[in-house]
This record gives sequence, C-alpha cells and structure tokens, in this order.
Amino acid sequence: MTQQKIRFHFRGGIVAVGDLAITTTVLGWLRESAGQCGTKEGCAEGDCGACTVIVAELAEAAPPAGAVRVGGLDLRPVNACIRFLPTLHGKALLTVEDLRPLAGGALHPVQQALVDCHASQCGFCTPGFAMSLLALYLDHQGATPPNRQAIADRLAGNLCRCTGYRPILDAAERMFTLPPVAFDAAPVEASLRRIAAETPPAFSYEAADPALAADGVPRFNRFHAPRTAERLAALCAEKPAARILGGATDIGLWVNKQFRDVGDLISVNDVAELRAIEATPEGLTVGAAVPLEDAWNALAALVPECREMALRFAGPPVRHAGTMGGNVANGSPIGDAPPVLMALGATLVLQQGGTIRRLPIDAFYLDYMKTARAPGEFLRAIEIPRPDPATRFRAYKISKRHDCDISTLSLGAAVTLRDGAVRDVRLAFGGMAATVRRAAAAEAALRGQPWNEVTIAAAMNALGADFTPLTDLRASADYRMRVARNLLRRLHLELTASAAGPALRTRAVPSGMMAGAA
Amino acid sequence: MNEQSRPGSATSRATKPGLAGFAAGVRVAWSEADEAALAAGSRVGVGVPHESAHLHVSGAAAYVDDVPERAGTLHAALGLSPVAAGTLLGIDTALLRAQPGVVDVIIASDIPGANECGPVVHDDPILAEGAVRYLGQPVFIVVATARDLARRAAAKARDAVRVEPAEPVLDPRAAHEAGRHLRAPMELVRESEPGACRRAIAAAPHRLAGRFSLGGQEQFYLEGQITYAIPTENDGMHVLCSTQHPSEMQHLVAHALGWRSHQVLVECRRMGGGFGGKESQSGLFACAASIAASRLGRPVKLRLDRDDDFLITGRRHGFEYDYEVGFDDNGRIAGLVITMIANAGHSTDLSMAVLTRALCHADNAYFLPEVALTGHLARTDTQSNTAFRGFGGPQGALVTEIILDSIARRLGRDALEIRCANFYGRGARDVTPYGQTVEDNVIAEIVEQLVRSSAYHERRAAVAAFNATSPVLKKGLALTPVKFGISFNVPHLNQAGALVHVYADGSALVNHGGTEMGQGLNTKVAQVVADALGIGFDQVRCTATDTSKVANTSATAASTGADLNGMAALDAALAIRGRLAAFAAERFETGIESIRFSNGLVRIGGTSISFADLVRMAYEARVQLWSDGFYATPKINWSPQTMRGRPFYYFAYGAAVSEVVIDTLSGEFTALRTDILHDAGRSLNPAIDIGQIEGGFVQSMGWLTSEELVWHPKTGMLLTHAPSTYKIPTANDVPAVLNTTLFDSPNREPSIHRSKAVGEPPMLLAFSVLLAIRDAISAAGGHRVDPPLRAPATPEAILDALDVVRAGGDAP
Repeated sequence: MTQQKIRFHFRGGIVAVGDLAITTTVLGWLRESAGQCGTKEGCAEGDCGACTVIVAELAEAAPPAGAVRVGGLDLRPVNACIRFLPTLHGKALLTVEDLRPLAGGALHPVQQALVDCHASQCGFCTPGFAMSLLALYLDHQGATPPNRQAIADRLAGNLCRCTGYRPILDAAERMFTLPPVAFDAAPVEASLRRIAAETPPAFSYEAADPALAADGVPRFNRFHAPRTAERLAALCAEKPAARILGGATDIGLWVNKQFRDVGDLISVNDVAELRAIEATPEGLTVGAAVPLEDAWNALAALVPECREMALRFAGPPVRHAGTMGGNVANGSPIGDAPPVLMALGATLVLQQGGTIRRLPIDAFYLDYMKTARAPGEFLRAIEIPRPDPATRFRAYKISKRHDCDISTLSLGAAVTLRDGAVRDVRLAFGGMAATVRRAAAAEAALRGQPWNEVTIAAAMNALGADFTPLTDLRASADYRMRVARNLLRRLHLELTASAAGPALRTRAVPSGMMAGAA
Repeated sequence: MNEQSRPGSATSRATKPGLAGFAAGVRVAWSEADEAALAAGSRVGVGVPHESAHLHVSGAAAYVDDVPERAGTLHAALGLSPVAAGTLLGIDTALLRAQPGVVDVIIASDIPGANECGPVVHDDPILAEGAVRYLGQPVFIVVATARDLARRAAAKARDAVRVEPAEPVLDPRAAHEAGRHLRAPMELVRESEPGACRRAIAAAPHRLAGRFSLGGQEQFYLEGQITYAIPTENDGMHVLCSTQHPSEMQHLVAHALGWRSHQVLVECRRMGGGFGGKESQSGLFACAASIAASRLGRPVKLRLDRDDDFLITGRRHGFEYDYEVGFDDNGRIAGLVITMIANAGHSTDLSMAVLTRALCHADNAYFLPEVALTGHLARTDTQSNTAFRGFGGPQGALVTEIILDSIARRLGRDALEIRCANFYGRGARDVTPYGQTVEDNVIAEIVEQLVRSSAYHERRAAVAAFNATSPVLKKGLALTPVKFGISFNVPHLNQAGALVHVYADGSALVNHGGTEMGQGLNTKVAQVVADALGIGFDQVRCTATDTSKVANTSATAASTGADLNGMAALDAALAIRGRLAAFAAERFETGIESIRFSNGLVRIGGTSISFADLVRMAYEARVQLWSDGFYATPKINWSPQTMRGRPFYYFAYGAAVSEVVIDTLSGEFTALRTDILHDAGRSLNPAIDIGQIEGGFVQSMGWLTSEELVWHPKTGMLLTHAPSTYKIPTANDVPAVLNTTLFDSPNREPSIHRSKAVGEPPMLLAFSVLLAIRDAISAAGGHRVDPPLRAPATPEAILDALDVVRAGGDAP
C-alpha cells in the first residue's frame, strides 16, 4: 500500500503533507512547517481562540444545522491548537492570511472594521477574532446583520485581554456596513472534489512520532477516517485498542498538555451515518459525530428551553469541532449535554460489529470517567424523544463565568404535572457526583406529590441523600449543595410564576425593567 | 456626530439589543472629524488608529515567536519542581538526557555567572538550588531539537527531581502570623501628634472595625513569555524577548553569563500584552534561553506553554486587610488605621515598590486627617508576585472604598454622600498622608458631572423600587472615584531617552526606550514626532525597542510610557527642527521665529517649501539630521525611610457608576450598565485613551469578580493554571451599556502636550462594579447588615455574603 498523504486545500491550491506525527496540530503545522505565523497560540487548549481558523468541507445535501453555508461549502470556525492535522484531509483551511487575498489585496471588511473601531491593542488575539468575525460575516451575506447579543455570543470563544471588547463588538456591526466582499467557493469546491475523487474509501495515514521513540526507534501511529458506519464498525472490531476520535476537544489536550500516547486513532468525523441529524414525529436522532453546534441547534429547536445551555456550552470554535457523541461518551461528570439528555429521557445507540443495542443514558455512566461502552463498541447516535406536551423542561448551568466555562454544577429537569400534582419528574445533575446522574431521592420526594413549596422543600432536603459533592477549584461542596437545592426552588418558581411576575434570571431582565433608562 | 469639539471621538457608547432607551450612540471609529483634523495639520489629539492595527488584523504583526528561526535553532523547556517546599536532593539528568531529541540538560551549577534574576533584591534564583520554594519553580533547563520534545522531557521533572518535602505555607495571613516576611513592615503614618490616630478613632461618634480579603490576578497576556537568544560574534548575545524592560533583561542576562552589558543586545518590537507580567518576570526566561544559547553556541528559543507560564510566574498581589475607622455623623473620617498583608510569594521581586504604592493609594480621593497604615510582605511558598497594571495602587485604594461603603451603611446614607464628604479639598484638607499637596484636584467636578450624565439619583430610586418587588433578583448601584498618582515611586526611574533620525528623503525613524505592549505607545510617540516636525504619519515610523540604541531605559510601566518617552522623542525632534529652522532662516535670510512646520510643509517668511525639500537642502549643507532626546520628570522626590515626599508629578482622576443585578439563588451577577468619566488630560489620542480606559475597566472587573486563583491547600499546586479554569471576562461579561467619556481638561503640569497617563488609573473604575454587587447583596437584607463580601466576588462569594445578610448577622 502506498503511503497516503494528508491532502487539503490551502492558499488556493492543494497541499499534501506526510511524515508528521498523527497528533501534529493544525496550528503546529501552520507555524512550524508552513511558516504561516499569523495564527497564534494563546493557550493550546481551545479556550482562548487566538488560533481560530476556518475549516471548510463539501456541503452535505441537507442544509447545515450549524455550519456557515457558502456555495457548496460548509465553513466552521475551529481552534487550530487542538485540531489534529490528519482531520483536514479532504477539507480546506482558511487562516487570517487569507483575508486580504479575498478582498483583492485590500483589507477585508472584517479587517477594515477592526482597524476603524480601534479593536486591536496588543493584536495577539486579533487574528482569531478576525476569523470568528469572518464566519459571522459569511453567515449573514445578503441577510439581516446580527444584533449585538448575537455577535457577543459568536465571540464567546475568543478572549481579548486589552480592549474590553466594546470596540470589537462595534467592529462586528460596522463590517456589515462596508462595501461587501464575496467569497468564491467554486475553486475550493473543485479542490475538495478532486481530493475526494482521489481518496480511497477509508482514508488512513501513518507516520512516525519522534516523541514516542524508544531506544532511537520511532513509533508509527495510524490515523483512520472511515466514511461509513460499516467500515467504522469493522475498524473498531479489528483494533479494539484504537481510540475513537471525535472533535479532539478533549483528546487534543491529552496530547498538548499531558503528553499522553493516544496510540492509533479512528476518527468518526467523516462517517456519514454518524453525521446525520434526523427529526421524526417521535423525536430527534443525533448522530454521534454531529458537531455540538448543530446538535444543540437541533435540540433547541425541539426543546427551546435548551437554548441558553446551548449558547453557554463552551464557545463556538469548540462547538463546531466537538461532537455531542464525544461529550456523552467521554463520561465526564461535568459534561453539559448529559444532564439535559438524561432529563429528556434520551437513549444511546451503541454499535459493535454488526450489532446495535439501545441503552437509556441513565444506565450509561458507571463511575468516574467509566461508561457501559464495551471495547470495540462505539456510540452511533443519541435518540431524544419528543417531550410530552404536558412536560415542562428546564436546563440550568452554574459557572464562575457566564460563557465558555465548565459547569460548577448543572441541572436538567423535566416535570410533568397533572391536576396540580407531579405525575413524573426527572432531575439530572452534573457536577454533583462522580458521574452525571439523577437525583433519585429528590425525584421520589416530588413524584405523586402536590406541586407546592412544601414538596419542593422536601425535595431540596432529599438532595442531601442523593449527593455528596466535592470541593474543588470551581466551588466548595457546600456551595454546590446549597445551589443544587436553590435550583429546585428556581424550578418551582419558574414553573409556577406568571409572566407578569418579577424577573428570575439576571440575563433575562426585560428592557423595560432597566433602571433609569435615559 | 461627535459631542466633543476636539477631533477624534471622545465619547463611546455601546449598547446591546433589548435595552430600549439607549441610542446606538457615538462610537469610536475613524470619523470625518478625524479626517478633517488631520487635513488641517493636527497630529496630536487625533484618534489615529494604532500604528500596527493593519498588521494585527492581517496576522502580519511579528511577535517573537513569529520571527523566522535561524538554522540550527534549538528549543528549551523548563523542568518544574513538583512540590511546593523542601530540600532539593538531586536531579536525575541521565534520565532527562535519555529522552528523545534532548541535546542538553542544564542545572543551577552549570550557570556561568550568577544564578539570580531578582530585579531589586537578589533572592530570586533562575534555577532552584538547595531548596525549592514553590510548586512550579524551575529546577532545570532541557534543550532539545524541537519544542515538543523539550517540553516532554521537561515534564519528566516529576521523576527526575528528588526533593525532601516540607509543609508549604500558602495562606498570607498564616505566613504573617508565623512571622514569615520578606522585608520589615512599612509604615505610612500621618498624625497631628503621636498616637493621635488611635485617639481620634476612640473619640469619634462612630467606629467600625473589619477585615477584607482580596485575591490576586493573573496578567493573562495572550502572548505567553518567550525569549529567542541568538549567539553573535565575539561573545555577544542577541536576545529577542517579549519584555516591558529590555534594559533589565540586558543586565540580568549579562549577570547570568558573567558578561558585561555591552555584550548583550535585547530587542522587543512588540508584546502580545504585558500588564506588568513582563516587567521583571521575563527575566528568568531571557536568562535561561541565553545560558543555553551561550553554552551550546546555537540559537535557543524558550516559549512557555500557558500552564507553565501560570505555574512559574507571579501575578498581582492578593491582599488581606484589617481596619479600624472613626467617623462623625456625616461619615467624615476622623481616624483610620489599616494593616495590609500582601501575599508576596517566595521572593521579593517588585513587592516593596508594590506595597509602597498600595500605601500611597489608600487615600484614593479622600483626605485622611489622622491615618496609620502598616504594610507587610508575607512570604508564602507560591509564585513570586509582581507588577500588574496598577502596581498595588488598586489594592491600596479598594480597602478604603469598602470602608466608606460600610460607613454609609452604618449611617443609613447613600455611599456617594459619604464619599463626597471625604473628598480632598482645595486649599484645605489637601495634603496626602505622605505629605504631597494635591494641587490638581478635579474629583468633585468629575463626580458632579457623572452624577448628572448617569442620572445617578433617579437610578438609585429606580433600583430601590425594583428591589422592593423582586424577591429573587436584587439590583445594586455604586459610584466610585479615582485619584491615581503618576510617576515611578522610585524617582530615578523617571527618565527616558529617544533617538530621532530624519533621512535625506524627509522620512523619520523614531526609537525610544519604551516598549509597545498594545497600549499604543508607539502610535502616540509617532504622533508627537509628526506634530513636532509637521509631517504626516506615513513619514514617521517607530522601530523595535533595542538596548543598543537607547541605553539604561526604565521599564515601560507605572503608566509613564507616553509621558517619558513622548517627552524624550519631542526633545529629539525639536532639536532637529531647531537645526532645520536655523538653517532655513540663514538660507532664506529670514527671522527664525517666522518659520512654521505643518502638514508636510515648511513656511519660511512668505514662501513655503516641502519638508522633504528643506531636509535635502539641509543634508547637502551638512546639517545634523538626527538627534537624541532625553527627559527627566521634574519636581519629584521620595524618601522610602520616612515615606514622605512628592512621589507623583501629578494625579489622574476619574469616576464610574455601575449598576448590576444579582441572582440570590445562585450568587451569579450581571453587569447592566457602566458610565465612566475619566481624566486623560488633553488626550494625545482619544481613541487609544478610551481603549485604555475601557480595557482597564473590564480587566479590573474580571479581577474583582470572576478571576479566582485557587491553590491546592495541601500540595500548593496552583489549580487555576489555564483559561479553562481561570476565567477572564468574555464579550458577554461587559456591561450591556458602557458609556465612556473623557474629562477634557489640560494637565496642570507641562506634561507631553498636557496629556495625562492613562494605563493604570482606570483599574480603579471597576471598584464601582464590586461596590454595586455589595449594594445588591445588602438590599437582600434590607440594608441592615454589612455584606461580608470577599473579592473576587464569584457566585460562591456572593452567595456566602447573601446568606449572612439574610440571616441578619455575622458570618458563621
């Protein structure tokens, strides 16, 4: 077998890269191999956005649920620092250096607006902001420009330490007022079609990793990117020790920060069946490799109360790279998708070889970072039932910072009331135990009882039997327990409050309630 | 259109949707007014964009790591102590050398010169020797063929470093009580007679005593610490370093190598942020890279990973306070005693100067008739804390604002009244505790103007009305003032040099001792030179800071960058202009006083020629077309022994009103609106100054709210060592409404074009956010209980304070 190279569209042509370790990051390649230093490293863990680039791929038939569609391309802003280079195969990479050529050599409107609004000071975060803004710009071509809140939400994954953001938000508004610059997708599409035609059904790339050399003999690791579930199943069966790679938003850190030897990787990102979102009368089936951005959008369309959690889940570059399947399968006690999915009664579809089994997500988490997934088995999809119209749903996230922060604790809650009593209830907490799990005692205190303050007080009390949270850098055990209880109080208040009553959320203060509006 | 008459937008407004009633407003964007002012010849007072803005947005602004590497470049990484305290028993260098790609391993005994990188006191080893003093302290340097390989080898420190561990002391109060101090206590006492302060408190109609705890702050410059050291001929070293203090780096590198200063050239074109974190603490990395480069005779780059940057370097000092105050029925302070304990970390670094500035800013904008301030530098087994924008000033001023807030609550009055009652007067009640008379006091005017423009009183009533009907959410409102002393507290640092070259084609090149870290210093200096020579900005270029051009420079710090370097560059430009004028007067046989340089033209009597033509003629007539320039700040003096003098050339003022809403179920808060009125004197560049004001405000708001540093209580490991765990503000944390206006008033002192320094003073503006949170918490208890709110006011800190005020009494 001839050695396959990683081929992608870059700077107007196709590049072919070989001989770099499979965990080489896109940022590492840009800066160290390609000599393209416009993209910066701020943290190397996907939390600051200085390395934001855009990855484009051929659009699939269905309209994207989260990507920016331009012509026949789907564009996504992602963090180059935790993106492994082999995942670019068959895709296109756009960086800050591509902006001026797009505008024929002049400053692109994104850039001109940043200059006009004094939106750069030290300038180190600026290339990343420019790329997030480019995604926003392309997403609103010929459409109504986004409002200020929407802009801020789109910039939640980019940190700036100098400006205080106001001028960057101004620039994001101003860029839409400048003479427009179009993005011609055709040459990129042509490149990507050519690569696709020349790539065998299962892309596979192998390279020596100098860091893993033993006695001077380098270790070869292999990266696989199957395109069908069948091929994926076969690979997982052949190589049960190989690691399944989603968006690498966690595994990227294992490499960058912990120097872990991740071995061979099987990427699920090109598996068509795992990239599909299917809406049916019964609910929603989200393929395990659907990017978080798309998955949350679909979920919020089904259950609008998920929208705040969707926006607060990491930042856009992580949501475009990471997958909901990854967030579920990772098994972290502070993942934000599992409490929501658990409250909604989601079912996980697991596949091993040709065998598919379904497991309620409640039964998936066994212990800290331990799940019911068997060796060689992979998560194929998440099935979310359409909620009963009588069921009220809430998702709460508590963190030190509103955006792009890991939850101190979170709660997904579904309450079904009949005749003033609780017919059914599901309360799933994150951050309160070694796994995301349901509060059985609190649920029992509510089930069948009248929906009133006495019952809620009993449920709050019962949380003490459900959980013994930990103290860590995010909060003390005591805070977690107090707030977990208060979230039940909030649940009761919100589900019983009238629309005209006092506001209950700091971020949802209606405009008419602003004091002293001048 | 612009509300100000001066060119450049001096007002910015930002709005978010859903906030009806706030117009989109005037934005700071390049405007027609700027164009017109430029065309008319204005070069200062204009909001020109940052000189590198077009490079920033293109990814074409080169930072140290972007400079193409020389062939043969090696990469260094530091091996860190895995324990916080103990005796260093040994380092398994054989294990380290056996790692893939490793070329060399360097330990303390390999350092040819001094194993020392302390900026003032020599208690800061480059590499641990004998003892380890904090978890993260560099113990060895690994040099490898690639950065990744060096980092991987350095991570073997856990196996390679043998330490006999000791129990670390992490808490500054515990260190203080155990007598662990880096220096003797500092006392700043001003009493009408000995013991008068205590007697004034005892005799006052009202008394309060309390404690306050304030956390530190990570600089979080987006570009981490980095040095690229390139050996040059004849035992020389060219050091590219991201640093605010190239001269200090030069001294430290020479010292570590056992060389003379003239063997070391340090260069810095720009930093991706500094904020004080690259004032002294870039030194360790400059030294480590240079030691390796010198030893191996090859270029060596040392670029820190973000986690290592957090673990190795120090940050803003957290402070603990105890206070007692006596005051009258109007809330006027009669006597104030404050004890401050600064968490200095393991070594002295700049802590003495930081504590001095804290003590000198405890007065903020208030006259303290009888005052006794004591400062301690607690030695803890943690990173050595260092400069951070404000440099102790915010820590000094904040405690007094807390005290005034408590006084107001005790008296049942609006805190603004209490603040106004204590403001410095004019001609009376105008001497600071350290003996400097406040001559340029404009705080009353600023506050009066801001109270009006922000509708403070109406909004105070609206907040009370809101709170009366809102059980879960509570709003708070606070106005806090700023008075900030400008100059280095150490008088000899207040000097600067510059070089201006005018080339024969009429273009000018400027070099000065200041460094560009995003604050727009090069832009301002270029404006000053363009203005002096009457030429366009395209004719002026600033070059990298370079110790071979201007010698013995001070750090770009203490907000003095433009004040000092602008003046030095002006001195140089005026010398050239003077020579050109003299030459023109002679050549055109006219009086020198009639010659004007403006807009690329030189008016000589009745005629006018281009600047470039005059320069060419002058060159051919053998006139010197380049000059050095120098500036030393006048009037200042300081005695560290008596803590008396005039440490500050002038004061910068400002005030902010913030409105917040808190969630009493979770302790979360949201900043709703902030109005700022700030004094930048006669601004050199209103757009850049507003950028400094708003950027400083948001950065400081982060310090006081979400940016929490947590060390593991047993191991001493800093647990918040990356942006995943250490949370600086994002775009959604900025107040939904942010109105920033410059208080347009010339500096009383003849500073550069009568402008004022603007880097650090805005850090105090964010006190209004913390105090507004206090106000909101207080509302949850009917304003009967003083909220025991620590900073940062994380959701947990807010909920803790809420639980106390709701319980109606003292903390459990």
